[in-house]
Amino acid sequence: MNTPRAAAILLAKELRLEFRTRELLSATIIFGLVVVMMFSFAFDPTAAESRRYGPGLLWIAFLFAGSLMLNPSFAREQTNDTLDALRMAPISSFAILLGKMLANFIFMSLAELVLVPVFGVLYNVSMAGIVWRLILVLALGTVGLTVTGTVFSAISAHARMRELLLPLLLLPILTPLLIGAVEATAALFTEQPALDRMWVALLAGFDIVFLTASWLLCDYLIEE
Amino acid sequence: MTGRIASRIAAAALIFFAGYAALFIAPDEKTMHVIQRIFYFHVPSWIAMFCAFTVVFVANVAYLATRNAKWDWLGVAGAETGVVCCTIGLITGPLWAKPVWGIWWTWDARLTTTFILWLLYICYLLLRGLIDDPEKKSTLSAVFGIFAFLDVPLVYVSNRLWRTQHPQPVILGGSGSGLDPTMSKVLLVCTLAVVGVMIVVLMDRYRLERLRHEFEELQIEVESRIAEAPAIARERG
Repeated sequence: MNTPRAAAILLAKELRLEFRTRELLSATIIFGLVVVMMFSFAFDPTAAESRRYGPGLLWIAFLFAGSLMLNPSFAREQTNDTLDALRMAPISSFAILLGKMLANFIFMSLAELVLVPVFGVLYNVSMAGIVWRLILVLALGTVGLTVTGTVFSAISAHARMRELLLPLLLLPILTPLLIGAVEATAALFTEQPALDRMWVALLAGFDIVFLTASWLLCDYLIEE
Repeated sequence: MTGRIASRIAAAALIFFAGYAALFIAPDEKTMHVIQRIFYFHVPSWIAMFCAFTVVFVANVAYLATRNAKWDWLGVAGAETGVVCCTIGLITGPLWAKPVWGIWWTWDARLTTTFILWLLYICYLLLRGLIDDPEKKSTLSAVFGIFAFLDVPLVYVSNRLWRTQHPQPVILGGSGSGLDPTMSKVLLVCTLAVVGVMIVVLMDRYRLERLRHEFEELQIEVESRIAEAPAIARERG
């Protein structure tokens, strides 16, 4: 079976699993809301300050929520040793990884779809004119987060204290992504919104580097 | 054995001479005076760190390609030595910055990059400690090490675009840059000394990892022989 088809079947399986309970998705969204709410108590920002600090807050919330959400991605397979079954299937290891990356990308995007409008309302940031550009920045940032996060979830699944280990491995690696995503979002939240090419290029570069690396190294992640 | 002793004596002599050269041979700096002499150990510790982390990257790639445990030992030896060099750099940096810049720390490109580098390689060592299966530990930490190394240029570029305060490269920074000839000679001696000590420590750490591995193998051997002993006794008796 070719890789795209296998990945699509595995994606369908991940989505079916998640939408039976929706527990991962709802927990992620609630966690994001908690971070957004705590920011208001911690800093008590004015409208101008929310515009200034909002992008940082938004991405910190996504990165923290993501680093928690990505944890069960591989750990879930261990309960019934289902990863062994996937390994035995006549498909490439990259298909297994790609299916999970796509599923995590969809979960994260759905969470953002809820969190961004709520953030806009709570902090009075108008997003009427920038919807498509904002979606581009969010998508590029989310690809980087879910690609590295899925790979590190495969790594941390074999370790003790994996719930603590995953954010520890993931967040320092994501520093360039955080800087790029925050700056690109900040450029959209100003009075004259503009798509900052430099930061979008950095985000795209981050995505390409780590997607390529995971494609090259996926055999070592999935192997017995 | 004699080689190891000789290399140690050479490294120790070199580092003592480097200390003497940095304090007494190097000329006084015009504005910073004696404070500037920390430069002769600050910069070499970064160079040694980059050498050590490059060794880690090469070892990680080689391990995944060959699955020879020797590369894994080299990886952990390089990561530990590199973290030590990085810590020396992170301590000498603020000591120098406080009297000269007036601040201990600034979130400038090079400072931030090395700080993140330090965190990444500590995470690499932490990850190794948290995986019990030895084969998995070697493979997965090698994958993480490669990801961490790939992240370094991205961290540097993103921080460079973000803001920068650290002095532009003084030695190879194009026109207007350059060191006094005596200063560059002292810097060269200090770099050789620190890198030399780093290599000696790294090789020792590698040897320790090899001995640990051999010890574990012997332990397994002993246990299996103890388990076999009653069966052999029955056969004979």
